[in-house]
Amino acid sequence: MAALRVLVGVKRVIDYAVKVRVAAGGGGVQTQGVKHSLNPFCEIALEEAVRLREGGAAAEVVAVSVGTRACQETLRTALALGADRGVLVEVGEGAAVGPREAAAALAGLVGRLQPQLVLLGKQAIDDDCNQTGQILAAMLDWPQGTFASRVELEAGAVRVEREVDGGLERLRLRLPAVLTADLRLNQPRYATLPNIMKAKKKPLEVMAAIGVPPEPPLLRVLKVEEPPARQGGERVENVAALVERLRSSGRI
Amino acid sequence: MALRRVLGLGGALGRRSCCSKRPLPPDFVEALRAVVGGPNVSTAMAVREQHGHDESMHTCAPPDAVVWPQAVGQVQELAALCYRCRVPMVPFGTGTGLEGGVNAVQGGVCFDLSRMDAIAELSLEDFSVTVEPGVTRKALNSHLRGTGLWFPVDPGADASLCGMAATGASGTNAVRYGTMRPNVLNLRVVLPDGRLLHTAGPGRQARKRAAGYDLTSLFVGSEGTLGFLTQATLRLHPLPEATAAATAAFPSVRAAVDCTVQVLQAAVPVARIEFLDEVMVGACGRFSGLELPVAATLLLELHGSRHGLAEQQQQAEEIVRLNGGSGLAWAEEPEERGRLWAMRHSAWYAALALRPGCQGYSTDVCVPISRLPDVVVETKRDLQDSGLTGPMVGHVGDGNFHCLLIFDPQEPAEAQRVHAFAQRLGRRALAAGGTCTGEHGVGLGKRALLLEELGQEGLDTLCSIKAALDPHNLMNPGKVV
Repeated sequence: MAALRVLVGVKRVIDYAVKVRVAAGGGGVQTQGVKHSLNPFCEIALEEAVRLREGGAAAEVVAVSVGTRACQETLRTALALGADRGVLVEVGEGAAVGPREAAAALAGLVGRLQPQLVLLGKQAIDDDCNQTGQILAAMLDWPQGTFASRVELEAGAVRVEREVDGGLERLRLRLPAVLTADLRLNQPRYATLPNIMKAKKKPLEVMAAIGVPPEPPLLRVLKVEEPPARQGGERVENVAALVERLRSSGRI
Repeated sequence: MALRRVLGLGGALGRRSCCSKRPLPPDFVEALRAVVGGPNVSTAMAVREQHGHDESMHTCAPPDAVVWPQAVGQVQELAALCYRCRVPMVPFGTGTGLEGGVNAVQGGVCFDLSRMDAIAELSLEDFSVTVEPGVTRKALNSHLRGTGLWFPVDPGADASLCGMAATGASGTNAVRYGTMRPNVLNLRVVLPDGRLLHTAGPGRQARKRAAGYDLTSLFVGSEGTLGFLTQATLRLHPLPEATAAATAAFPSVRAAVDCTVQVLQAAVPVARIEFLDEVMVGACGRFSGLELPVAATLLLELHGSRHGLAEQQQQAEEIVRLNGGSGLAWAEEPEERGRLWAMRHSAWYAALALRPGCQGYSTDVCVPISRLPDVVVETKRDLQDSGLTGPMVGHVGDGNFHCLLIFDPQEPAEAQRVHAFAQRLGRRALAAGGTCTGEHGVGLGKRALLLEELGQEGLDTLCSIKAALDPHNLMNPGKVV
């Protein structure tokens, strides 16, 4: 198990507690001046990686983010939560980074860093895509264990318990492998002040995407709009009146 | 409700009966709508009932109207309007209180302040933040994730922080981090007549001050009877580097409580130390699905640096052993610790589950640590002699414990026994130099005991202050004084 390196993807997303508003023009949501934080599922993935290192099964945890310079903040948080070093694969302002672009950037980094394990969150809370881990595994031709709720490393392999609709599925994957973290995998720690201080000294590298040439995006957002405002309810006196209202509004 | 009547609510001590209600003046609701807008005023019965009770067993007393101000200026306008028309006002946060603090016993307008939910002025260097009433303690700690800071006062419920300031809340962490009082640096109060008061001066959060009477401390614990707490500046603390929690079972209630006293006297900086008697442990274990030995139990938590923690653990283990404690196993992962504390925090519901269909009443006495073992043992004996279901749980590190009395509301004899027991317990605590309410507040039910605790001069002074700030007794009438 010596020198096992874990790569953890961390995404900078709008904080889950923020009330998201549609941006003027309807092309997206407001992000200026809005609180951002580390995607909760990425935090769970990071926590699992740090526990693997603390338990001796892994030697190094590298946190990586694909995005603009603002993602350095997210990487510093990841360092405060226990990652050993951080890498930012930088993209230009306004560049769309969907699952395909993120997976391509990660694949390039995997070629350089040679990790035995890539841990990602199962999905990001801004787009809910749940695709990056799967696309990355396909690009690398590595086995994948998604929706992991339990992870155990062995010599040359990893045992994963997956939460699927039918229940729990247990897999054994040969390393190197890609795993995505589900909610019940662990409860992440909080960053403490001494660790935040130490994180300032840990290495954080900024680089351009490696290897994969930029491709035109396959998806274009046409419109973003709020759901229709909730209409007030109406009280009726009795069952007969209810049936009458349902009939007259064409519902029955 | 038999117990309510028997607790002497309203009419005691010659104060205005809490049951006299006047209807709202004509066009009043229109005037409310003019300030906050139609959608932010409700006179629907379901909404009023929802706002007329908290988690206590005090009967629901709905207000005549509920309003949702969106900004402090609106709170001021509404208060001035109510003041002019002599309409009672009741502040409402999350409705998680335990003493009937939000019950509108004289009707009036309930100010639901939950839509004002800004978190502002977070200072990571000064360890302070300001919050409005809509911010709950879990929401604040979630917001602080990643900063290395937290707000430790933890009363169990996910209560509004301003509401916690209004009731002077405490909780499991008080033994190490203090109650609300030392952790509130400033309050933005709307007085009953609509004037705005900053108790430590506008925009100030000095960690200590000697400038004039301590108004901040006056409003903390005022239970909505002196003004609306529309913003609180709170003291934050660094998150501990390492945490460990454990339970230990003891051969007797006295052994468990003695152990607590010794842990404190050995100056172990314990972060939480909670006592559960064997009835409580049995109930909690069943409710939460945890296998715990049914015996007097201590649940403790230590915070510190990695090295400091190991030292604290050793000291605690020794003292537990000396008192005949057993089964101490440290939980260090957040998941395990979370399970232990969830078990403890569900005590109220676990107690209610002991007798489905019954109601609950929680006592809240707090005595000096040196008197704690005697008071707890005597109380336990009294419970057994009275034939009452009353699992005991408490923050013994502060000398504070609760008997969760579960009784059948249809049985007047049982209600009478519960009332008599609560009175005896209150007086036992007062005789031991303690207080009848350590953290829940006076609210509706403890006004008689308040007189015994403070004496006539004490109560008269409270009444003078109340009269000075609220001469027409419009702020949450019928509570505290």
